[in-house]
Amino acid sequence: MNPVFSWNLLADFRHMWAFPFMVNAFRAGVVVAVVAGLMGWFMVLRRQSFAGHTLAVAAFPGAAGATLIGISAAYGYFAFCGAAAVIIAAATRGRRSAGGLAAESALTGTVQALALACGLLFVALYKGFLNGTTALLFGSFLGITAGQVAVLAAAGAAVLAVLAVIGRPLLFASVDPDVAAARGVPVRLLSAAFLVLLGAAVAETAQITGALLVFALLVMPAATAQRLTARPLASVVLTVIIGWAVTWAGLIAAYYSPYPIGFYVTSFAFAVYLAAHIAATARYRRRRHVTLAAVPA
Amino acid sequence: MNPMARPEQTAIAAVSPPAGGAVAADRGNVLELGGAAVRVGGATLWSGVDLAVGAGEFVAVLGPNGVGKTTLLKVLLGLLPVAEGQVRVLGEPAGRANSRIGYLPQRRSFDASSRIRGTDVVRLGLDGDRWGIPLPFGRRSRDAARRVNEVIGLVGASGYAGRPIGECSGGEQQRLLIAQALIRRPQLLLLDEPLDSLDLPNQAAAAALISRICAVEGVTVVMVAHDVNPILAHLDRVVYIAAGGAAAGTPAEVVTSETLTRLYQTPVEVLRTSAGHLVVVGQPEAPAVHADRHAAGGAP
Repeated sequence: MNPVFSWNLLADFRHMWAFPFMVNAFRAGVVVAVVAGLMGWFMVLRRQSFAGHTLAVAAFPGAAGATLIGISAAYGYFAFCGAAAVIIAAATRGRRSAGGLAAESALTGTVQALALACGLLFVALYKGFLNGTTALLFGSFLGITAGQVAVLAAAGAAVLAVLAVIGRPLLFASVDPDVAAARGVPVRLLSAAFLVLLGAAVAETAQITGALLVFALLVMPAATAQRLTARPLASVVLTVIIGWAVTWAGLIAAYYSPYPIGFYVTSFAFAVYLAAHIAATARYRRRRHVTLAAVPA
Repeated sequence: MNPMARPEQTAIAAVSPPAGGAVAADRGNVLELGGAAVRVGGATLWSGVDLAVGAGEFVAVLGPNGVGKTTLLKVLLGLLPVAEGQVRVLGEPAGRANSRIGYLPQRRSFDASSRIRGTDVVRLGLDGDRWGIPLPFGRRSRDAARRVNEVIGLVGASGYAGRPIGECSGGEQQRLLIAQALIRRPQLLLLDEPLDSLDLPNQAAAAALISRICAVEGVTVVMVAHDVNPILAHLDRVVYIAAGGAAAGTPAEVVTSETLTRLYQTPVEVLRTSAGHLVVVGQPEAPAVHADRHAAGGAP
């Protein structure tokens, strides 16, 4: 009964895709990897990984609260992630100054702690919810329907459409806020808009991936790609490819083994990051060595 | 012992014709301030400032820390309103002509972990304020790439523009940022302490570069500076701001014992070294000015 991985990928895919639930999982994986990857690319560039993590954590009480009062978990995800994004955005006014950053970081941590506490309370109030908690934190990739995939794709397309419109000024505002402001870019508005968009993206993807895995897909592919290249276009493309590859690899590994997909996706992403880190460090050393050697004694 | 104590802000008119009358006064003034005053948080930083800068001039804004030099640039960009008087920049009210202004804000440097290339930072100066995603092909993309290369060549940064900007030295970063400010062919360049984080050879090189751009491209340059010496040889005029007032003119007219003593309202001596450098002795430093500014009105 237990399927065996054959190293013949074509045969393996044909085997897995014979099951509609696996097809749905692979499709959802693509959407999640692309949306989380692109949003994460800006998140890493803007050094807002902590804010991103907090939004991901806020997905947990959102879903638990929605389940508790008996409404669709989707409402809970959007309500909590959105609220957390708005609170952090309100506190990021005047970031860039060192004091502003410290205040933002402290407030973000406070929001995260409160979100976790709320989640704990909701789970305690809803007795017999323990199995659900695991799904909320670590996802339910393998249990989604074709309808959910369609909704996920539509929501993902909406997030990416907004990102495409604000992408260039957002990059300017992230890299060089003072000059961007002088050029008329609404730096503060973009900063707030990005956090709210990140909240929406997290709320949407966390429904599939769980609160913890969504953060892995936000931060790891982008951090890896930015370690490898400083070219914006190349690192955006690389981010999407890495996210896509580790998600599918995780799905395959989870299908052929008894261990959870979240573990595989995160471990694969970590392995890629580690390899990129070693490669980038080696390249930097070599270049410095060459530069030094070129200087006449 | 508060040398800056005064009953109210001293207004010193600082009108002067362009240096030596030589520089294109007939082409109209790029900058005009008339009776301008600025208040920040209820305290007047400076007032009664009159200034006219002609096209192609290289002007330095000098003065101690905290006196409102950066504020002057923000006023010229329209980011901060004047409390009194008028400001016209490139023939329009401040803030309207910003697309024709290149601005280099005061900063230390990009973080060493900044994972973006120098060329990308320069390119953002060209069209980073446009909505949407640029297509990586087509005529517009080729034109943009050509202009980026051209301006990077102009500042002599071709050798390292492809590296992550965080890995460039302070002097290299400053050249790339000057390229960014120049990429739209501005008529006016506003530079806020661009030499501040550089060592002496780099200061001299950057000053020569800015002066060359000013002459070759016909750009008017207004540079905020803490130290006049690296740029002294290149300057057409200086504006000296100190505690409430300002004086403008050629360096020889303004950076003198008499003018600075009047501006600071305390004895200040300007010495000239054998190398032609100016040394200002006895100028009250920032803390005195700041303490006074925050206690404005209540100072003994």
